[in-house]
This record gives sequence, structure tokens and C-alpha cells, in this order.
Amino acid sequence: MTSKATYGKYGGQYVSEMLLPAISELERKYDYYKNNPDFLKDLHYYLNDFAGRETPLYFARNLSRKYGIKIYLKREDLLHGGAHKINNTIGQALLARYMGKHRIVAETGAGQHGTATAMAGAALGLETVVYMGEKDVERQKTNVYRMEMLGAKVHPVSAGSKTLKDAINEALRDWVSNVDSTHYLIGSVVGPHPYPMIVRDFQSVIGNEVKKQIIEKEEKLPDSIIACTGGGSNAMGTFHPFVDDTEIELISVEAGGESMKSTSKAALHSASLCVGEEGILHGAKTRILQDKYGQILESHSISAGLDYSGVGPELSYLKDSERLKTAVASDKEALDAFHELCHLEGIIPALESSHAIAHVLKKAKTGELGNIVVINLSGRGDKDLDTVIKSSKGEGNI
Amino acid sequence: MKISEKFDDLDENEAALISYVCAGDPSPDATKNIVSSLVRGGADIIELGLPFSDPMADGPTIQAASKRAIEAGMNPDLYFELVSSISNKFNIPFVCMTYYNLIYKRGTEKFVQDCAQSGISGVIVPDLPVEESDELANACQKNNVDLILIITPVTGKERIQKVTEKSSGFLYIVSRLGVTGARSNIAENTGQLLKKVNSSIPKAVGFGIYTPKQVKNVVLSGANGVIVGSAFVNIIASNDDIYNRIEKFAAELKNNCYINYSKS
Ligand SMILES: Cc1ncc(COP(=O)(O)O)c(C=O)c1O
Repeated sequence: MTSKATYGKYGGQYVSEMLLPAISELERKYDYYKNNPDFLKDLHYYLNDFAGRETPLYFARNLSRKYGIKIYLKREDLLHGGAHKINNTIGQALLARYMGKHRIVAETGAGQHGTATAMAGAALGLETVVYMGEKDVERQKTNVYRMEMLGAKVHPVSAGSKTLKDAINEALRDWVSNVDSTHYLIGSVVGPHPYPMIVRDFQSVIGNEVKKQIIEKEEKLPDSIIACTGGGSNAMGTFHPFVDDTEIELISVEAGGESMKSTSKAALHSASLCVGEEGILHGAKTRILQDKYGQILESHSISAGLDYSGVGPELSYLKDSERLKTAVASDKEALDAFHELCHLEGIIPALESSHAIAHVLKKAKTGELGNIVVINLSGRGDKDLDTVIKSSKGEGNI
Repeated sequence: MKISEKFDDLDENEAALISYVCAGDPSPDATKNIVSSLVRGGADIIELGLPFSDPMADGPTIQAASKRAIEAGMNPDLYFELVSSISNKFNIPFVCMTYYNLIYKRGTEKFVQDCAQSGISGVIVPDLPVEESDELANACQKNNVDLILIITPVTGKERIQKVTEKSSGFLYIVSRLGVTGARSNIAENTGQLLKKVNSSIPKAVGFGIYTPKQVKNVVLSGANGVIVGSAFVNIIASNDDIYNRIEKFAAELKNNCYINYSKS
């Protein structure tokens, strides 16, 4: 195995023997095309004119005034589809085309990655199949309609916790059965090598733009950069270009859910980076939520996109090497931050992104964050209105 | 019993019937009776699945069995207790099939020691390709437990070499792509794949085999063993006269493990 396959002790390729040739081919082809002028030309064409890059780095005046520090929002919510997910789906769908695959499969939690996959699949003429947990199909219904409208076939998954981890299992099962024709378009920096690297690279457009934009506006780099973490793709994409700028604080905010406790089968949160233990899930060694025997615990979050028992291996590595700070925001704190951004800035944030905002609002006054702060606003919240309305009516536990 | 002893014991024209069931499905006690039925029916080696919450390599049948078993309380501690209580009653090898996280969490060395002590002769880990298997392979070698690795139609020449060098007991040949589960068409190229694998270790073919006729074809194509799992698990799931039906079905499959039918 190449040393690129691991991040410290994390990462690797813990997958079925049948997938080994496919992931080796993917690694080879990615390595070739990532510098290929035709590929890059196509990539920029779709990223700029289809997805809507570059996105603004918005100085949130009202929030900044109220909380006493300079808060910038990286507006990934303005992208086509409403989330950062499309940066990755365009990249991988294009790669699939260049590799001669005509079918893509994907898993989805919130439905954001599924939607972004369906968009890229339609634009690039690829047959698109999306696996989605039944519980997520229920709580993110409009995204199911969107995917179907875009021509994707959505398969509800009834196994296990009926959420993202089960959708990934099912997508892997599909891939292993159709590996010749099919590319597995994974939606975050998780899975076997080379996926964590590929997804990070395609998402790094976020951090690269932030770096250029903040210099233009402030003539210096920020003190802290904050992103929410489910699997970790928007976080890695934002952080990656800053990892070597060690004076900048990088903070990952996971879903603290209802509480940081666990029952025998389920965690009441999704904080695998904060409190998970080393283990193997979905092809990689990383921090995961598991019981004392190694059975995977179900996770919980009010936001479907953070509701995952694992996390990208590179984030586990950055945490262990103390480059990355980790924090949590609870369901309630995320909801409060959601409303605060709506009222103060006229922006409806995704509940996922609201976790990152919540952390900043909590810490702004303590001086911990420094004076210039960038929050990656990974998505918009239109998809979450049902959830927010239900929870404000006290129907709870969604 | 060692796996190699079992293969040595077989007649020249005889293939091993290797049966898979999930330990603890539907209950630990039932597993004892199920094993007993399998042995009476003529199973030569028994793979006992240690159920994992997220069985990526399994189709719906074994996923459901894993879920039933975990819900009925099966866990690695109970698993080794169960194996200890039955392994010396039957003079056949037991093989543990499970996913890597359960091994890793227990500590690879300890897991393999527990295998050796309870009477497990080999381990199969479907989410552990040869490239990631050093730690487990070392622990297995130290404790005299066989590591059974998998070869598939897409395993290239070089990797076949690597896999055969690291395997012992038998080679698990998967003749079609996909997950576990009964299929009416198992690949016609089983014979070709078997020929491609040049090794003195016995070769057993699995994934999708569930009828006596398929068993016969696999044996005729040159396999030293045939692995049948989902078909037994389906009988267990039916909850209908399972012990008798398992014994009868095992006997019928075993009958097709002889090239000239000289023993039937
Ligand atoms: C808007 C938004 N933000 C964040 C996430 C979490 O994913 P990741 O941690 O990979 O960025 C999702 C996932 O669906 C999402 O839709």
C-alpha cells in the first residue's frame, strides 16, 4: 500500500477483495486526470458556470456588531443545489466520465449529496442511483422529489438505523455488484483510500478561495476558521489550504445532539471525532462511535447531514496531532443559531452549518476565537424548514 | 480439528461441504442444535458467523440473520463461550467469519488467542484485503490459526500470488461479483478461475451456491470444497422444523460432493 493511503495510523483500504482493483484504478486515473488540461478545463467550466463559483466571502455586519468580533461567512449556501456538495459531485462525475463509467451510485443523508449527485449525473449524462435511509427519506422529503425530478433513482434503505451509515453500506453493496460499469460517488472525506484524498481535493476550492478573499479584504489571514463536521468534507475542504498556517486555529464542530450520552445501541449525538474511539468503518480506520465489542452505534442529530457514526480519517489524524480543535453544538444550540442568522443577516442556514455558527456565537465573547473569524456556511436551510417548524412546536425528536 | 487434517481425511473424489450459519441466530442454544444437524447431515467444516452491526459484504439474508443474532444477545464474549461448549463435541474444524472492527476492538492478538482457545481453526474477514492483513496474519501464525483469504474474478495475477502466499487452511474462491446470497446463476467461469489459482492449498468456492445441482457443478469444475450459507440461513429464518430440514438439506448437498457418486 502506498503511504498516501494513510494519515498517521488512520485511513487505509478495509474493503472487500472485489473492490481492490476498482480503488487502485481510481487512484491511478485520478492521479493522471487531476493535472490533465482537458479535465481541468471541463471542471472549471462546470464549477464556475454550472455550480456558480466563486462564492462570496461575506462580512456579516450585524452578527459582527452584536458579537464583537469580525465574522465572515463563506457562502457555499449560494451554490447550485444549495450546499458545498456539488464541488465534489462535479469533480467525481467528471472523473467517472473520463474513466469510461456510465453509471454512478451515491449514498445520501440529508439528501444534499444525493441532489448534487443527481445534478452532476444529469449534466454529464450518467445513469444515477442514490441510496437513502428510510428515516432520512421521511425527514428530507423535498430532496427526494428533487433527485427524482433530476432523473435519479432513489432507493430507500430499511436496514439498521435507516440513516446515512446504512445508505453507505447499501451503496457499497451495489458498487461491489456492478464494479465494471459503475463509479461509487462517495459524498464525504470517508471510505477507503483514495476517496478521502479525492473528496478533500475537490472540496479544497473552498479554502483556496477563502485564502485569496480574506487577504483581499483584511490584508491578512484569519485567526480562526470554523466548519461543521459530519463526514468532514466541507471542513477538510475549508481547512486543507490552511493546515500549514499553524498560527490559524481550525475548529471542527460536530453534532452534540440531545446529549453526549449513549444507550447500549445508540449515541444521542454524532460526535465521533470528539468522543469516538479508533476503529474500522466503511473502509477506513478512523474514530467511530462503537460499543465495547466494536458494534457500530447509531448516531443522532437534528441535522441529517451530520448524523453519522464515523468521520474522515484525515480529521482523526489532525485531531490527534493537535492541529485541529474539536467541539460540539447541541440540537438546541444549532436551532438557536439558525434563528439568529435568519433574523440578523437574512440568511437561512442549513441546520448542519448552524452547528458551526452556534460554536462561534458561544465563544465570541470569551476572546478564544481571536478577532477575525471565518465560518464555512456549507449550505442553505430551505430543506430544513419542516424540521425547524416541528421542533419549535415542541414535537421534538425528529 | 485443523482444517488441513479435514481435507487430508477426504477421499480423492470427495469435496468438503462447508456450511455457514450465523452464531446466535435465532438464539445461542438453537445454534448448538443447528450445528449438530449440520454435522449429522454431513457438513465437513462449519463457518460460524460472528454477527456485526454493519455487514457490508452480505446480502439481505445474512444481514437479517446478523440482526436477529445481535438482538438475541450475541456478542464476541458469548461467541467464544458458545464455540468452547461445542467445538470438542464434534470432530470437525470450526471457522470464524466476521468483520474486522470486532477483531480490532478486542485486540487482534487477543481475538486470535480466544479463537485458538475456544476451538476455532480459521478466520475469514471479508473486509480485510491482503494488503491490510499483516497484523492479523502474524497473530494467526503465532497461534496456529488459519487465515483464509478471498480470491475473486477480478483479483489479478500478482494479487492471486500474494493472497495464496498468505493464506492457509483453504482459499475462499468467490466466483461472481456482489454480496452473499442465493443466486440462480453462479458464474460459468468458476472452472477457469480455479485453474488460474495455482496453489497446493485446497480451494473452496462460495457466494451464491444454494442448490444440489450447483454444488455438483462446482465440484465437477475442480473445487476441493463448496461453501453454502444463505440457503441454510433461509431455513433457519423460516422457523419451520429447522433442525430436521437442515440435516436433510446438508445430506443432499453432501451427496453431490462426490465426483463419481461412488459413495451415494
Ligand atoms: C449543508 C451541509 N453541510 C454539511 C454536511 C456534512 O457533511 P460534511 O461533513 O461531509 O461536510 C452536509 C451533509 O449532507 C450538508 O448537507
